[in-house]
Amino acid sequence: MNSTTETGNRGRGTGIGSGLTLRDSYGSAIFIKSFFGLLQRDLRVLMREFVPFLLRVGMQPLLFLFVFTFILPRMGGGNPMASGGGVDFGTIILPGLMAVAIMFSGIAAVALPLSSEFGITREIDDRVMCPLPLWAVALEKVCFSAMQSIVGALLVIPMAFYIPAVPVHADLNRWFLLALVLVLSSLLAGSLGLVIGSIVNPKHIGLVFSIIVVPITFLGCVYFPWAKLDKIRWLQVGVLFNPIVYMSEGLRAAVTPGIAHMPWWAILPALVLFTAGLGKLGLRGFLKRVLT
Amino acid sequence: MIVEIEALTKIYESKLRVVAVDGIDLELKQGEIFGLLGPNGAGKTTTISIATTRTLPTSGAVRIAGIDVVKHPAHARRHIGVVPQFNTLDRSLSVYENLYFHCRYFGFSHSQAKSRSLELLDQFLLTERKSVMPSQLSGGLAQRVQIARAIAHRPAVLFLDEPSAGLDPQSRLAMWTAVEGLRNEGITVLLTTHYMEEADALADRVAIIDYGRVLALGSPEKLKVTFGAQTMFDFKLKSHAALEPLLSRLKARQDVTSAEATADGLRVIAPTSDGLLPDLVQAASGFGLRDLAITEPSLETVFIQLTGRDLRE
Repeated sequence: MNSTTETGNRGRGTGIGSGLTLRDSYGSAIFIKSFFGLLQRDLRVLMREFVPFLLRVGMQPLLFLFVFTFILPRMGGGNPMASGGGVDFGTIILPGLMAVAIMFSGIAAVALPLSSEFGITREIDDRVMCPLPLWAVALEKVCFSAMQSIVGALLVIPMAFYIPAVPVHADLNRWFLLALVLVLSSLLAGSLGLVIGSIVNPKHIGLVFSIIVVPITFLGCVYFPWAKLDKIRWLQVGVLFNPIVYMSEGLRAAVTPGIAHMPWWAILPALVLFTAGLGKLGLRGFLKRVLT
Repeated sequence: MIVEIEALTKIYESKLRVVAVDGIDLELKQGEIFGLLGPNGAGKTTTISIATTRTLPTSGAVRIAGIDVVKHPAHARRHIGVVPQFNTLDRSLSVYENLYFHCRYFGFSHSQAKSRSLELLDQFLLTERKSVMPSQLSGGLAQRVQIARAIAHRPAVLFLDEPSAGLDPQSRLAMWTAVEGLRNEGITVLLTTHYMEEADALADRVAIIDYGRVLALGSPEKLKVTFGAQTMFDFKLKSHAALEPLLSRLKARQDVTSAEATADGLRVIAPTSDGLLPDLVQAASGFGLRDLAITEPSLETVFIQLTGRDLRE
């Protein structure tokens, strides 16, 4: 049960039954068309629910920024959160909130739909019967989720400019690094969604949220920079196994370079490795589910 | 041959070793409607799943339009249409969109997909329901949409897995008409069923399978003749005591093939009911005859003769 049996159609179809040669003359072009057909279907469904989609990805960062960077600072010095966070709290959590938006989009766009498609409705069957290898069906899910993640992350930036009481020190000049980190992080989130959606029993998907998604988010250097963990050494080392850390730190390096962050040469390979590892695991789970 | 199944086996190795398919060989001719007939658990669905690339065989091969489905699944899928046992319509898309996007998945352009979808809506009398979502469709209608979707990309072979499961009699007839209609399009149809009438009514040829093996193969008529399909009389009797003398008396008759005791009475199999029925009724009335069912020669009687058990168990 590996993907090698699924890759055999790359070449052009030749020498099969008479009367079918004409159909096969369009060869592997159908592969690309099929992939975009799937993507288009997902876009159509998303566009129909565009407002709910925006609310879903926007509500959490909106409220977070409103409470922690607008309300609390106005409460003045008596509030431990406001003083503890300091003036730069908005700047610290901007990349963190982008990472959270990416993460949750990945799970909402892949894990939840997959778990229901595998479950009662078996809607996955029609996709699985598409004329493209099964790994490409899974890849399409991940790519589509990545697109949503990018929209979700970019949505946080204008919010961070308008909501906080104290101005956020963002620097969008490192656009190349930003684009790279955004794309890699989004693919990583999609791969994580694929793992959860294809491995976890649909009945336990809520539980997975509580015991995996929430902890890795809270310990994902979202609300604090990784460098500041130096006083709690065991935690600083421990969180290195958490992929969200590299998403937050990568966005920190790209968007708020003024805050202490990991170097890009550590972040990018880590994002690639986690994406590859989770992607492979997710694909294996996916194949196991659709191919018996 | 458009479908070639060779020495196909599928063994599920878990705590319990299950041999689902045990060396099936089949060949389907272009354009025929072929019925795979057998009780639940006979290996029908597993065979179809392997042929449609969703299950990997333990050994053996399946070729669709000459393409090996295990070596080139993505390629083979272009020639395969599937109507699964359950409703797998895309719940987020309307009836029209289900057809439209299916066409797009198979490489149709926007205009090709659009015209093909409209054509199918018309062909399957679904035009009025084009904007309806699948969750609002009755079982029969959903089944019709699934058939339309399965043939949308003009596959060479259509696989129908238990197409009438869960359908009311009227929808079942409508489905039969739809499948009959496919004959004109030259599509080869492989359907599985455990309804004898369905195989009898639709299939040009039938394979009776049980325990993962083909027991008999041929046209329904040929099977009935070859296996000497006979009339079956099922008597429900109030008293089962002392049936033995009656059984041996019946067995001794020239015009009775077999007679045996069943859980609630007596089963007699004979080539014809002419002249026999009055005698049987008279003999049985001494045992408190409550009910009598007569099954005319059919695939069902063939099946029971082949396997010794009822199909709808």
